[in-house]
Amino acid sequence: MQAPAHTRALIEIDKLNLYYGTFHALKNVSMEIPEKAITAFIGPSGCGKSTLLRTLNRMNDMIAGTRIEGKIAIGGADIYSKEVDVETLRKKVGMVFQQPNPFPKSIYDNVAYGPRLHGISGRKQLDEIVETSLRSAALWEEVKDYLKRSALSLSGGQQQRLCIARALAVEPDVLLMDEATSALDPISTLKIEELAQELKDRYTIVMVTHNMHQAARVSNQTVFFLNGEVVEYAETEKLFSTPRDQRTEDYISGRFG
Amino acid sequence: MNAKTADKVATVVICLFAGIIVLVLLGLLGFILFRGLSHISWDFLTSAPETIKAGGGIGPQLFNSLFLLVLTMLITIPLGLGAGIYMSQYAKPGKVTNSIRLVVEVLSSFPSIVVGLFGLLVFVNIMGIGFSLFSGALALTVFNLPLMVRITEQAMAGVPREQKEASLALGLSRWKTITSVMLPIAMPAIITGTILAAGRVFGEAAALLFTAGMSSPRLDFTDWNPLSPFSPLNPFRPAETLAVHIWKINSEGLAPDAGEIAAGASAVLVLTVLLFNFGARWFGRFMHRKFTATR
Repeated sequence: MQAPAHTRALIEIDKLNLYYGTFHALKNVSMEIPEKAITAFIGPSGCGKSTLLRTLNRMNDMIAGTRIEGKIAIGGADIYSKEVDVETLRKKVGMVFQQPNPFPKSIYDNVAYGPRLHGISGRKQLDEIVETSLRSAALWEEVKDYLKRSALSLSGGQQQRLCIARALAVEPDVLLMDEATSALDPISTLKIEELAQELKDRYTIVMVTHNMHQAARVSNQTVFFLNGEVVEYAETEKLFSTPRDQRTEDYISGRFG
Repeated sequence: MNAKTADKVATVVICLFAGIIVLVLLGLLGFILFRGLSHISWDFLTSAPETIKAGGGIGPQLFNSLFLLVLTMLITIPLGLGAGIYMSQYAKPGKVTNSIRLVVEVLSSFPSIVVGLFGLLVFVNIMGIGFSLFSGALALTVFNLPLMVRITEQAMAGVPREQKEASLALGLSRWKTITSVMLPIAMPAIITGTILAAGRVFGEAAALLFTAGMSSPRLDFTDWNPLSPFSPLNPFRPAETLAVHIWKINSEGLAPDAGEIAAGASAVLVLTVLLFNFGARWFGRFMHRKFTATR
C-alpha cells in the first residue's frame, strides 16, 4: 500500500465552501489527493461526498444557485479561475456515473464519440482508440465481435465498463467514479473493482461509494464525510483499523449511516 | 360490487369507448373513400379544374397543397427547432421564458379565420406579398410554430439527464451535446410533432382563403423557373389548395359534377395525409435506427 506521503498530490483542495442557494453543502474542505492512486469518499447520504466529486470536473456548474468559495487546483492550476475552459478540464477529468448511461448508439460509436467530436476523424486512429479503451476497461474480449451492436444490448455491468472505456477514450488524467457500482450485481461490482485496481497505475481515481467494504477493499486513501465536513482523511488501512475520530468509528462499525 | 367486478366493468367500458372511437374513425374514412375512390383516376389527379363543364380535375390543387406543405415546413421547422432548443436548454427559467411560453400558447389557440384575416392584413397587404403561397405559408407558420416549439421543448426535456451529463462530462460543448446526443434521442418525438403540424397544413382552409387565395393561375408544368409567374414553383403566385378547393366547389361550384369532384378530392386529401403519416413515421424510425444502432 502506498502512503500519501510517497506520492505527489495531483488535486489540491483548499478551504472549499459550497452553497446550494442557502444550503451550506460543503464546509471548509481542504485535502490533497495523490496521483496514480485510488481515493475513496465515504459517508452517509447527503454528507457532501458526491457534491465534492462533482466540483472536480465542474459538473455542479449546471445546477442553478450553486456558489463556491475557496480553491481547487489540479496539477497546480486553479480549475475555477476565469481562464479555465470547462471543456478542456472535463476532457482531463473523466467521470463514470451511478447509473450506467451509455448512449443509445453502437458500442463502437459510444467509445469513439468523445475522440470523434474532439476532432479525430481517421478511421484507423479511431479503431485503435476504441480497441485500446475497451481493452483498458476489460471489455474488449467480450464485445470485439459485436462492435456495431447497440450498447443497450449489453448487461448492466458491461454497460458500466463501456462507460469507463468511453471516459478513457478522451485520455483523461483523473477518473471520477460516482457510486459507479451501486446499480450493479456483486459479480459485476467485483469486476469494476478489479478494473479500478488496474487503472490506478495510469490514472488518478477518486471514487464515491456508499459501500464501506468497497472503500476498504479498493482504495489507498479514504476520506470520511459527515454533514459537509471532512471528519477524517487517512490511509485506508489506518482509517478502518484505527480510526482517530469517534464518529468515524461509529460509522465504520455500522452504528449509523 | 367487489373489486373484481368493478375491474371487469371498467375494462368493458373502456374497451367500449375505444371501440366507439375506432368505429367512428373507420366509418368516416370508409364513407369518404367509398364516395370518392370511384372518381379518382390519373386524369382526375393531373388535369386542371373546369368551371362550368363536367370532367375537371384537381392537378394544380394537389400540387399546391404539397408545395405549400414544403414551404411551410421550410419556415416552421428551423424556427420551431431553434426556439424549442432555446427554451429547453438555454433559457433560464424565469419571467422571460414564462412570457414566451404564454405567447406561444395563446398563438396556438387563435381561431384559424382570425389568423387568416391577420395574414390578409399583414402579409398580403401591409407587407405587399399579395395572395400567394408565401403568404399562406407564413399564416400557417403562425399556427404551426407553437406546436413545433412545444413539441421540440418537450422532446428535448424528455432526454434523460444522464445522457446529457455523460456527454458534457466527456468535455463536449453544450452545442455538440445537443446536436450529437440529445437531438437524435429526441428525434422520434420531434418527427411525430412535425407530422401533426404537417397534417394541419393539408387540412387548413379558413386561414388560406385570405392568404394563399382561392384561385390558381394557369400553371405551366413545363416551366420550372421559380421566378416565372406561371411556373408551379413560383412561391409568390396565388394558389388554391385542395382543402380550399373542396370548400369552394361544395359551396359555389357550377360544374354539373361538383359533388363527385368534391368527394374525389376529399378522398385524395385523406389518402395523401395517410400516406404522408406512414411515410414520416417510417422515416422517423429509419433515422432513429441510424442514430442509435438499434435494430
